[in-house]
Amino acid sequence: MTSETVPVIELVGATKRFRSASGGVHTAVRDLDLTVAAGEFVAVVGPTGCGKSTTLSLVSGLEPPSHGRVAVNGREVTGIPEGVGYMFQADAVLPWRSVLDNVALGPRYRGATSSEARDRARDWVGRVGLGGFEDYYPHQLSGGMRKRVALAQTLVNEPRILLMDEPFSALDVQTRGLMQAELLRLWSGTGAAVVFVTHDLEEALVLADRVAVMTAGPATVKQVFDVRLPRPRDAEEIRLTSGFLDVYREVWESLREEVQITRERMSGRVA
Amino acid sequence: MSHDVALPGSAAPTDEDFAVSSARAAVRRRKLTVTGVRLLLVAVWLGSWELSATYLIDPFYYSKPSAIGGKLVDWFTRTTAFGSIWTQISYTLQEAVAGFVLGGVAGVLLGIVLGRSRFVADVLAPFIKAANAIPRIVLASLFVIWFGLGMSSKIATAFILVFFAVFFNAFQGAREVDRGLVNNARILGAGRAQILWTIVVPSATSWILASLHSAFGFAIIGAVVGEYSGADKGLGLLINNAQGTFDSAGIYAGMIIITLIALVAEWLLTLLERRLLRWRPAVSGSHDVQI
Repeated sequence: MTSETVPVIELVGATKRFRSASGGVHTAVRDLDLTVAAGEFVAVVGPTGCGKSTTLSLVSGLEPPSHGRVAVNGREVTGIPEGVGYMFQADAVLPWRSVLDNVALGPRYRGATSSEARDRARDWVGRVGLGGFEDYYPHQLSGGMRKRVALAQTLVNEPRILLMDEPFSALDVQTRGLMQAELLRLWSGTGAAVVFVTHDLEEALVLADRVAVMTAGPATVKQVFDVRLPRPRDAEEIRLTSGFLDVYREVWESLREEVQITRERMSGRVA
Repeated sequence: MSHDVALPGSAAPTDEDFAVSSARAAVRRRKLTVTGVRLLLVAVWLGSWELSATYLIDPFYYSKPSAIGGKLVDWFTRTTAFGSIWTQISYTLQEAVAGFVLGGVAGVLLGIVLGRSRFVADVLAPFIKAANAIPRIVLASLFVIWFGLGMSSKIATAFILVFFAVFFNAFQGAREVDRGLVNNARILGAGRAQILWTIVVPSATSWILASLHSAFGFAIIGAVVGEYSGADKGLGLLINNAQGTFDSAGIYAGMIIITLIALVAEWLLTLLERRLLRWRPAVSGSHDVQI
């Protein structure tokens, strides 16, 4: 197997430009280099609106890069690559389907029979802690529970690469902490590589093996830090350890400048 | 709030129980009052019409409730000028339903197809706008020339009215599909057809159902106007004939029958809507009233 040598995700000099509605060009990502190894948990942090999400859509194949190379499992990304799961920032569960049918979507799309898909879905609904809620519709669930549905919906396909775009940012602090712990529990042992985009440095450090700090937009990787905290981690407790605070200080030093730049731009726009 | 823990099934009435039962009674009283006032309104309206038509105004032009009632009884117990009233109703209904179904299906299909294809939608946009600006009811006359006095010309009129109403909503519904849902489905492994069936059609459904409500009204209008323009059977013909013979009671009577049909259709559509949109949070029509 070449999986030891070939990184599962590789971005080399990736640039993404969008045409803006007024006919101008907006560069979301510029000259971005990032590699992720199999089974690695990488967090991408950066100021709000810097182009972190665009990075994920390049990897997922939803958007082609304007320049540069994006490869998954050593192959250039042209369509949506095999084995990729993507959890979006906004709720992407179907409001007209029950919890069970939402989770069964992936297997159904991939050609499983209805009963087979439902069996796998039922298993995952249980694993994310929603046993008993199979027949509920999304509007009957809380925000945290809907995130669990989305998580099950993504994980039921058993992705080798999991892309997560600020999945917990809309949740309240307690629920977010709980969901982080759930994510770590579900991820451990799967061997899947994770790219987790967030603007919350604390969240990044709780979860990840490596943290990539992005520049204020257009985004590019400014610096990559190793997070040498032991696993398995207790998502709630680890924030209180001294090792955590040391890494936090180190990374924040780098992130602060970018946040500052973004703030100045924002206030310039307001004034 | 703190209240004593009542054992399940314990009969001792608490403050809470009393509040609940008195609230229920208040709701019941209110319902009764509303219904009562409604009935009173109808009685006052019909009574004043009857009285003024008897003593003040000329019932030849304005007719009066008793004459209209008599006309209805006459139609249903004996016959109309063109045969049994049931034949007329069934003719108009068949035309309306056929126009409704054909127009609805065509509107939904074309609306979703165009809504999903940006290029085709951009190309056709001005033509659609122009077609929508045509006073379509005039087409009824044209359809009589094209299809003759039989049912097909009325079906065509109903079709064209229904089609546009449904088409625009289906078009809009298909365009407003949440991109996030589509992207999510693509990542989960959905192909184009699967996206259409599992994402686009269900999200356009609430738009389409909203249009179907008014569309059935349009179907009846299409059928009746079609009969106006020339027919040998139907409620429109009955009304047109009443107009020709200065029978104002006949016009009202026809109107009442059509209204009832439309109400029944509306009720059936509401049932369908409830069935299809079960997943939607209930729109709470109830308000908390301070006690």
